[in-house]
Amino acid sequence: MSEFFTAFFLLVGAAFVLIGALGVVRMPDLMLRMHTTTKAGALGGGLIAVAAAFYFPEAGVIVRSMAILAFVVLTAPIAAHIIGRAAYFVGVPLWDRTLVDELKERLDTKEHRLYSQKLEDPPSANESDRHGD
Amino acid sequence: MSPWVINTVYLLLCVSLILAFARLVRGPSLPDRVVALELIASITVGLIIVYAIHHGMAYFIDVALVLALTGFMAAVGFARYLERGGSRDE
Repeated sequence: MSEFFTAFFLLVGAAFVLIGALGVVRMPDLMLRMHTTTKAGALGGGLIAVAAAFYFPEAGVIVRSMAILAFVVLTAPIAAHIIGRAAYFVGVPLWDRTLVDELKERLDTKEHRLYSQKLEDPPSANESDRHGD
Repeated sequence: MSPWVINTVYLLLCVSLILAFARLVRGPSLPDRVVALELIASITVGLIIVYAIHHGMAYFIDVALVLALTGFMAAVGFARYLERGGSRDE
């Protein structure tokens, strides 16, 4: 029975990782690429760690697998958040079919602050190249 | 563990590694490459765990744990480098 669960979690986890890697090649824009690697990639890695916990029936291995799972699930959103924030400050172009960019009128890229109201005069430093590509 | 499962999982993970490497080479901006590197780190964690299951050596799980920690640190370092100045294109 544990053999079956190991094979199941290994195959499903590898399939999710493959979907994440496919998305990172096919998606048109940095934010969409990050969305596939963060969700599908982290879930795939976590499921492969669960497969190891089913295969080795020792307490130490199960604890280590759960540690890998918790760590991947906890840190993938944080890493995606900080990379996305840095990329937005740098001015990475969004997809040309992006409909809403609420950060443009609420984020002060000079002072690195986010406001809840719209700014009086939005900073126009890198506004022109925001919708390139 | 039946060999076709292990072989299929190795194949899927290697194809994902090649796809992530293509984005690492092509990626138009530096954040794209950072995202590809992060994906490569998590694929490598998966490969190490599959290797541990294949050969029945449980202590390789420690290597995967350390690699997961290091990948997160690399992402934090790259993001800080990007936000506090540094080369903006490529």
